[in-house]
Amino acid sequence: MSSPVLIIGASSAMAEHCARAFAEEGRSLLLAGRDSTKLESIASDLRLRGAARVQVLPPFDGADAESIPPMLETALKEQPRDVLIAHGILPDNEACEQDSEAFLRSLDINFRSVLQICQILQHQLPAGGCLAVISSVAGLRGRQSNYVYGAAKGGLLTYLQGLRNRLQPQGIRVLSLLPGFVDTPMTADITKGPLFISAEKAGSLIHRAMKGTRDVVYIPFFWRYILWVIRCIPEALFKRLSL
Amino acid sequence: MPVPPAPSWGLQPPSQAAALQPLSHRPQALPETGALLPRGLGRSYGDVCLNDGGTLIATQGMDRLCQFDPESGILEAEAGISFDAILRFALPRGFFLPVSPGTRYVTLGGAIANDVHGKNHHRAGCLGRHILSLDLLRSDGRIYRCSRTEQAQLFRATLAGLGLTGLILRARIRLRKIQSPRIIEDRVPMRNLAHFLELSDAADESHEYHVAWVDGLAKGEEIGRGLFMRGNHEEEQQPLRYDPPRSLSIPMYAPGFLLNPLTVKAFNSLYAARGKKALIRHPSSLFPFFYPLDAVGNWNRLYGRRGFFQYQCVLPRENDAASMRALLDRIGRSGEASFLAVLKTFGSLPPEGLLSFPRAGLTLALDFPNRGESTRALFRDLDHIVRDAGGRLYPAKDACMSAEDFQRSYPALDHFRTLIDPAFTSDFWRRMHSEKAI
Repeated sequence: MSSPVLIIGASSAMAEHCARAFAEEGRSLLLAGRDSTKLESIASDLRLRGAARVQVLPPFDGADAESIPPMLETALKEQPRDVLIAHGILPDNEACEQDSEAFLRSLDINFRSVLQICQILQHQLPAGGCLAVISSVAGLRGRQSNYVYGAAKGGLLTYLQGLRNRLQPQGIRVLSLLPGFVDTPMTADITKGPLFISAEKAGSLIHRAMKGTRDVVYIPFFWRYILWVIRCIPEALFKRLSL
Repeated sequence: MPVPPAPSWGLQPPSQAAALQPLSHRPQALPETGALLPRGLGRSYGDVCLNDGGTLIATQGMDRLCQFDPESGILEAEAGISFDAILRFALPRGFFLPVSPGTRYVTLGGAIANDVHGKNHHRAGCLGRHILSLDLLRSDGRIYRCSRTEQAQLFRATLAGLGLTGLILRARIRLRKIQSPRIIEDRVPMRNLAHFLELSDAADESHEYHVAWVDGLAKGEEIGRGLFMRGNHEEEQQPLRYDPPRSLSIPMYAPGFLLNPLTVKAFNSLYAARGKKALIRHPSSLFPFFYPLDAVGNWNRLYGRRGFFQYQCVLPRENDAASMRALLDRIGRSGEASFLAVLKTFGSLPPEGLLSFPRAGLTLALDFPNRGESTRALFRDLDHIVRDAGGRLYPAKDACMSAEDFQRSYPALDHFRTLIDPAFTSDFWRRMHSEKAI
């Protein structure tokens, strides 16, 4: 009865927790990611939690543009209504300064592949559908410690703004998700401060945002105010700071 | 790369792992750095979950359900799943944990590795009895399926194995069928230790769960004064839901002076006042009954930055009452503030783990703020009483036990040693061996 939720990058911790929330509601799920073995173990978990149906899609890799169309083709046969794009990596910024291959690879994964997916999906989603994409608060102001990651996430936000504008008449909602610090394997090496939230919490906030009506959602809400302050700092001063 | 500090629940002593390996999926192989230790939610109080200079294998992301049979209630899940997550899955389906410790924020793997017990020990024994099998990844790269019939030695070593026999990947646990998410609870004020023993013996027959809260500051005739709590699952069919109360969280460390004898006395009196009148057949949500402290997240921070110790011992049946009186007397005279003192009779079901803590007798668990030498001096006296009674301490709680006491009170230790994984160790394990020479 209910049209499925397509989750791209489904083995990311936040996406997996979001998928669990959909499963508990009895929705059907389509899972896409790099590693089918991982996705199969996630799929059996989601089935037990109550998902009506879970299908693992052909593997795709954000760094490999050719792997995307076959994955989406299989997904679109199931007529998904809601989509979450969650794949991404946190590249080592210093390594990117030295190694152009690592640099380009991170852009492929965090930026190009996401746009490639959205370009296809924008023609396929039904009215009332939701296209949610995980960007990052890092995309709102470039900092020396992670501007490569930030640039990809910032570019994504601009793209999503335009796409939102473009799809508005068709009743398709484009949702930009802006997580702050989330305790996931991606941030394992960072000391956890009080601003960190668990992947489970982030997943449930994303789930709630996808069911809501807003266009831009910070995960959790307080990052909106933190970023407002950070964006108020004049560039002439900001460039001297080591944030 | 710097590794975020990950203290134990008692918040002391400082220990810094050199590396943290988060697992979100079953690894093909273990890290090759040696000195490994799995770590779940870090709820053990002392140093069994610490690995100074070594690698902690963080298992929290390994938290998937694998299989569930609604007929038998057998659940197979990855070891990093928390008891909270199991409840969230199981309660709406009419099942409960077969054995529950005082917090639901422990992982399945951690609960197995400490062979935890609960308020139903007199009926159900330790958690290990309800584990049907487990998959253990060892540093030789092999995955061992362990159960009572396969790799039985390794199975018995891994129950209560303190994470030293390898990494538990997944386990099969038999859940308990329930009709209602409520507990029919009694709270009976108890006058003293003799009264406790009377109530406890009677409750062994009549109630699936029982435990007592004891005023750690009572003296003389009043020793053992407190509140006896017993309960059974409601047998009438009720809507099955997972509905924990909203919890608050302690956002930061409390200043050290907050917890002093006066505030603790006030707290204890409040708690005692609550129990002045017996409460009989009170239907209660199972969350406050089983997990009263989970209502306050990070309550350990109330003890301030110096942290606290929990002292938990068991005294064997033969001489438990007299020795328990001696323990409570020494604690009462010390005046060392103790927020929570829990007293419980263990049943006679033998635990299966080689290093399982429970045995038939009386167990006492109390928290002590870390006051340095005066706290340790008190512990030395308590250790003496426990030693003379032939009792022992619980590694999951311990930060102070002597290697000698450990050696003496866990007779299967030599056998256990032959079954540990050579690449695994912990601060606790090193502590139990470093003093040996002295």
